[in-house]
Amino acid sequence: MIRVEGVSKTFEQRGGAGYTALDDIAFEVGKGEFVSILGPSGCGKSTLLNLVAGLERADKGRVEVSGKKVNAPGPDRIVVFQDHALYPWLTVLENVAFGLKQKRIKKEERHERAMEQIRAVHLGKFADRYPHELSGGMKQRVAIARALVMDPEILLMDEPFAALDEQTRLLLHKELEQIWLNTGKTILFITHNIREAVTLSDRVLVMSTRPGRIKKEFRVQAARPREAGDSLLHHIESQIMNTLAAELAKVAKEEYGDDYNLEKSPLSHSAVSNLGDGI
Amino acid sequence: MQWGWRFPSALQTIQTFCDGIANGQLLQATLSSLRRIIIAFVLSCAIGITLGVLFARSRLLDETFGFAVVALQTVPSIAWLPFAIIWFGLNDFAVLFITTIGATWTMTIASRSGIKNIPPIYLKSAQMFGTGRGIRLFYQVMIPAAIPQLITGMRMAWAFAWRALVSGELIARGVGLGQMLEEGRSIGDTSLMLCIVLVIAILGTISDYFVFKRVEDRIWNQYGLNTAKT
Repeated sequence: MIRVEGVSKTFEQRGGAGYTALDDIAFEVGKGEFVSILGPSGCGKSTLLNLVAGLERADKGRVEVSGKKVNAPGPDRIVVFQDHALYPWLTVLENVAFGLKQKRIKKEERHERAMEQIRAVHLGKFADRYPHELSGGMKQRVAIARALVMDPEILLMDEPFAALDEQTRLLLHKELEQIWLNTGKTILFITHNIREAVTLSDRVLVMSTRPGRIKKEFRVQAARPREAGDSLLHHIESQIMNTLAAELAKVAKEEYGDDYNLEKSPLSHSAVSNLGDGI
Repeated sequence: MQWGWRFPSALQTIQTFCDGIANGQLLQATLSSLRRIIIAFVLSCAIGITLGVLFARSRLLDETFGFAVVALQTVPSIAWLPFAIIWFGLNDFAVLFITTIGATWTMTIASRSGIKNIPPIYLKSAQMFGTGRGIRLFYQVMIPAAIPQLITGMRMAWAFAWRALVSGELIARGVGLGQMLEEGRSIGDTSLMLCIVLVIAILGTISDYFVFKRVEDRIWNQYGLNTAKT
């Protein structure tokens, strides 16, 4: 379905030296699969998603969707952005129907189809509201409805729940899983939240940073719908945590300087400074 | 020296106002001034928005002529009147010309920044939903996204247009509030002059408050810009 081969992307930086966001990335996502890309901030995971969406171009390598090379954004791959990107001048209904309007579908039919999706995300009562009248979670539901109404083969989600509070996020996890189970869409999900990645996905691709590479792949073969208490999920979560520890240290060093050290000395601080005092 | 006639009393002014309404002169002058300003305003909005969009979309234009627009905006539009007189004569056309010029540059600058400040994510997602990069992207996304700034620009352009209109009419021939003001001066009728000034002030206030402010408030509410600050 999605095939990414040897993709690299470099951004120009002030001072001339290029900054390699992605370095020789390769992965595949099968039809109907739910795959998460997990990584620390700045590892290029959003760039990767933009490449698949066609919003950015790779410097090297090839991005294919359903066997065709991606070179422009299209209605078969809809992105759900972190900050929802709903149009403030359109009502919820008009926002959801926006894509159908571009397909030149008649007003009645597109409103009917949009309404169906709005009800599916439990916002039937809010169809004539403007986005600013909704809460963060509701906006994100509208964004999901707007994506689903296009009936895309692939749903690309760019940290869609990162700005939401924990309760809303858990609720939306459940709903997204339901939507995925019902529609069988292929979902590529970007996140920095380990729990989120593990609870939702079939596979988790963990990225390393600077340069952005895929470091390790985890398969999550837990029963659906996922249960928060599933011990398999916790086991994978801690494995991912270990994989990421080195990356976190790298990010911290980049941001706070070379003397930053995440690893603790095996001797406790007091023991070092009070050597022999207690004898 | 007699000062009395130089400062009209309130009563005299009201009297003149009623007379002016009664014999239809004042009404006619107001209507023809309004007609001019509306024509000029519509023209300047059309030209201003077109130029603004061009400047926002083309970096080449912006970096070459964009600077000229800022320079032009600092020129009081009445400074173009001598040219207008030479080109068109002392008539309606000259007045329309300087009124249009007076409002156009403000409108250009407002629409340029309105289009430039559209969040890129709006344009990206529009293309994803299949608007393409052409006319549909323009009128379904770019214009609505820039509307709040366009309205604010129009409100300013309207005020600039009034200034230019009255100064132009003071000099040009024809029927209008400015001409009547000048008429009042030539016959020493200060109550008429004050009356005209008040009419201009009232018209300006009414149009700003009941048209532009209303529309602006409504748009800002719809877009959630008032609540966005919290």
